[in-house]
Amino acid sequence: MNVRSVTEATSRHKQVGLSDAEVVDMYKYIVLARKYDERNLLLQRAGKINFHVSGIGQEVAQVAAAFALDREQDYYLPYYRDYGFVLSVGMTLRELMLCAFAKAEDPNSGGRQMPGHFGSKKLRIVTGSSPVTTQVPHAVGVALAAKMKKQKLVSFVTFGEGSSNQGDFHEGLNFAGVQKLPVIVMCENNQYAISVPVSKQLGGRVVDRALGYGMPGVRVDGNDALEVYRVVKEARERAIAGEGPTLIEAMMYRLSPHSTSDNDLAYRTKEEVNENWAKDGIPKLKSYLMECGLWDEEQEEALVKEIQKQLKDAIDYADAAPFPKPEDTLLHVYGDSRGDQ
Amino acid sequence: MPVMEYIDAIRLAMQEEMQRDDNVFVMGEDVGVKGGVFTTTKGLIEHFGEERVIDTPLAESAIAGVAIGAAMYGMKPIAEMQYSDFMLPATNQIISEAAKIRYRSNNDWTCPLVVRAPIGGGIFGGLYHSQCAESIFFGTPGLKIIAPYSAYDAKGLLKAAVRDPDPVLFFENKKCYKLIKEDVPEDDYIVPIGKANLLREGEDITVISYSLPLHFIMQAAEELEKEQGVTAHVLDLRTLQPLDREAIIAAARKTGKVLIVHEDNKTGGVGAEVSAIISEECLFELDAPINRLCGPDVPAMPISPPMEKFFMLNKDKVKEAMLQLALY
Repeated sequence: MNVRSVTEATSRHKQVGLSDAEVVDMYKYIVLARKYDERNLLLQRAGKINFHVSGIGQEVAQVAAAFALDREQDYYLPYYRDYGFVLSVGMTLRELMLCAFAKAEDPNSGGRQMPGHFGSKKLRIVTGSSPVTTQVPHAVGVALAAKMKKQKLVSFVTFGEGSSNQGDFHEGLNFAGVQKLPVIVMCENNQYAISVPVSKQLGGRVVDRALGYGMPGVRVDGNDALEVYRVVKEARERAIAGEGPTLIEAMMYRLSPHSTSDNDLAYRTKEEVNENWAKDGIPKLKSYLMECGLWDEEQEEALVKEIQKQLKDAIDYADAAPFPKPEDTLLHVYGDSRGDQ
Repeated sequence: MPVMEYIDAIRLAMQEEMQRDDNVFVMGEDVGVKGGVFTTTKGLIEHFGEERVIDTPLAESAIAGVAIGAAMYGMKPIAEMQYSDFMLPATNQIISEAAKIRYRSNNDWTCPLVVRAPIGGGIFGGLYHSQCAESIFFGTPGLKIIAPYSAYDAKGLLKAAVRDPDPVLFFENKKCYKLIKEDVPEDDYIVPIGKANLLREGEDITVISYSLPLHFIMQAAEELEKEQGVTAHVLDLRTLQPLDREAIIAAARKTGKVLIVHEDNKTGGVGAEVSAIISEECLFELDAPINRLCGPDVPAMPISPPMEKFFMLNKDKVKEAMLQLALY
């Protein structure tokens, strides 16, 4: 690589507003999310946990989006593959593992919900459910409330392209468009709704639906961390300036099966999956950092080692942590004592 | 104490709660400039502005879902469904989301939301402007469901609903809107959620009901006492969920003869659960089989006047059922 292209490369993250330290940090979270996800697949196979729903192939866009938000103020409504996102906004490996092991101390749900159903009031991660896309109107409601209370914040919501066919997607976006609310709606288009490919899911492009709801729509390569960061940052600036919502369609590929209960080779070929592994955004970002002189193999090795250590700690902790008391099943139906009988 | 209509009492409750707490706001179809299709929200936009009285797009799932999001943020939304018949697009938001937010987050997030929806027929509304939606939501833990019969209760229960930390479905009876006129205090009071109300003491039969039919029951009870010397013990459930089990059991024990009345259809209605509670707790103290007088098990109420009349309960139907039970 000649001097000129190195300069161009180095300036790319700075052009979008990321410091050297930030772009390296972003990479670390992406690798952390990948390793977390891979480990959960193994834990499930080993019978240590019951279930895992994977986000492999989607971490780059998730982490990049989180870095473009205000991680002290904004509200997040992630969907069930967003491990990279929730890690980036402050959820710890221990907390995620407590959730995977369904232990009492799990901050997401106290061991009540499946893994991937995030929630933490402290981190402003709004509790989510399994019926897809219900979180889109919630994000709009949070943005409406923030606007009423004159708070300078945005709500950020994600979902898959399959979910973009639900009524709540359309009803939520239209409401946000009418009220010009500070909400960023990001579709993680991973090409599959479990087994059904986009060709059978979408009559057009998700991004083009923005037009019908009076907001900008932006399609972005979800494997390009810096581009995702740029478009989410711009969407946030617009939202904060009172210019309303943005729909982002981040293009990516679900490299893993839908969940540990899914055999993806029943509906797609090994060749197709391999082709998409070649487009994985993680090695791309790594090469970029190395070209910029911000990263080397030694650091990579140290990072992986550190993550393995943290994962081991998290698994040991979660494995040893107590389950909820069986009778705690009865708690928290209502806020008054009646529900806690 | 001013005399006001049931609908005025609902409006006054909203107005007082919006004055008391800046976080309370109203949203729904036509609630703003028009003041609601029944005028329930009339004048609120002049008082509080369009930021707190929000005319929404015609999309019920968004009305519920956006209100849920705002409630989780810390607001106290009152979401209006124009008719309970049109509430079904919002059932996923209400049942899968609102009802489960506290539970699924292990008490971390809460959803202090009120959904108001008019129920009931008798206004030539046909199939889709006459239904009673309560049994769709009844049996979903996490939701509270209230259905006032009087203007006094409507105001007090709605104010309690706004202050409740959990999602409350407020089923107001559209036939009662203008029909019921009574003294309603202008001061701040609440009617507690979860408590049934004994409307009348009697010795011969117990009638358990909620919403509009209670007016028929009270008239019938008066006539039966005068004409036949039969005295009825009448319990208003007020809150359908959670049911006031103690009050139901006590009322059933009082006379040993129970009639349950509601306009919602019989199968799977609230009355079935009330009946089951009585069977579980005091079957051997009964002197007659538990009776239910309800809407018929047809999909919904037809608009043609004789058919509507056939479907609807009235004083005569209630009186006949009460008398038959007394004679058992």
